[in-house]
Amino acid sequence: MKVSYYPGCALHGTAREYDESTKAVGTILGVELGELPDWNCCGASSAHVTDPSLAHNLVARNLAIAEKEGRDLLVPCAACYSRFKAGEREMEEGTHRLNFRILNLLEFLVEDGLLERMKGMIKRPLNGLKIVSYYGCLLVRPPKVTGAKKYENPEEMDRLLGLLGAEAIPWSYKTDCCGGSLVLTRTDIVRQLTRKLIDKALEAGAEAIAVACPLCHSNLDTRQEEISREAGQDYRIPILYITELIGLSLGHPDTGKWFRRHFVDPGELLASKGLV
Amino acid sequence: MSQVSEMKAASGLEDFWGSEIHVQDCYQCQKCSAGCPVAFAMDYKPNQIMQMVSLGMKERVLSSKTIWVCASCYTCSTRCPNDIDIAGVMDWLRQTAIREGVPPAEKDVALFHSTFLESIRTHGRVHELSMMARYKQKTGKWFDDFKLGWKMFTKGKLKLFPSRVREKKELKDAFRGLKG
Repeated sequence: MKVSYYPGCALHGTAREYDESTKAVGTILGVELGELPDWNCCGASSAHVTDPSLAHNLVARNLAIAEKEGRDLLVPCAACYSRFKAGEREMEEGTHRLNFRILNLLEFLVEDGLLERMKGMIKRPLNGLKIVSYYGCLLVRPPKVTGAKKYENPEEMDRLLGLLGAEAIPWSYKTDCCGGSLVLTRTDIVRQLTRKLIDKALEAGAEAIAVACPLCHSNLDTRQEEISREAGQDYRIPILYITELIGLSLGHPDTGKWFRRHFVDPGELLASKGLV
Repeated sequence: MSQVSEMKAASGLEDFWGSEIHVQDCYQCQKCSAGCPVAFAMDYKPNQIMQMVSLGMKERVLSSKTIWVCASCYTCSTRCPNDIDIAGVMDWLRQTAIREGVPPAEKDVALFHSTFLESIRTHGRVHELSMMARYKQKTGKWFDDFKLGWKMFTKGKLKLFPSRVREKKELKDAFRGLKG
């Protein structure tokens, strides 16, 4: 099985461990991820707040390349995924139907018997790990674009975590915003939003937060030191990509390398569960 | 012509009346503002912006903080009982403000977006390290997030050199029509 793979800019930089763990999971599950040749940036928020035709053009070029490849396109970054789905919708309104599907990471993993395969390969069940799944905005919203059915209470990641043996705790903040693209500009807003998310995760009894978006990861992981200073209490909750958790559970040797890139080191928590 | 329709006609916002985004359907239930995660940082709440657009209060809307603080999370568009794409309205307002040269009430947010696009225009992909440095240079806020940036660098999260799109011509075409 082979799919086209669009890493996007963050996965080649600040979210390297998401790129590496996604590829690792693909390899273990026997799916070849063929990087989209000569891909360009999706434009993210900056293009669509500035100019609709620029936003369209940047997405359309990637989709045209993917169409030549003719395979389903895996887009692990929620922001890129959202832009691609919006582009697909615009094209469909213009009556052009793509010859492939655009899949986010969760959609990809629940496809084609991959979950079954994964289930049979678990070497280290994540038993005893209490975790909440955090989907953020763009994996599910707007549902007209993403096609998400349960957009206020998505469950794919929870099911996945359960399959890996972790205890996925229900909570009410799965799709609340982390501040996204305000990451460098209104860091005060980002700190306020992420602090609330972390508080609510802790209140629910979580020891870690699982994510499937590089912006969510960055906002939640890198600001905890500042939040701690502001709040006068120590915030240190590990933020883990769902692919890192799968890699860990399937016994991939590179997990230590991925975790070392995090600001909040998950080592201690995982060691306490006998997972590293 | 009533006062309201005169205001609308003078505003240049009347495009909305013929478009698929139908702000006039808003009955001010305020569900958008109740669910908006960044409403606390806005000068006008999303429902107020809908009303102001309906009334054609163009200048006040385009010079508001709200349009720049909006994080494009689409909670409002998802929940609106009248199916108004409120986040889409915010996009439209920002695009209009940029096109018409209205000074942004949140200068740094607008600078971030233009710096981000500059990076795409140059490389075809965003090179985070140089994009962040350029943004710092433009805002003069060199020391904000310096420690955070350094830590990212030491953790190997910031690539030194950009990767580039090979088809320069196609990239240039994508930016056709955007001034600057």
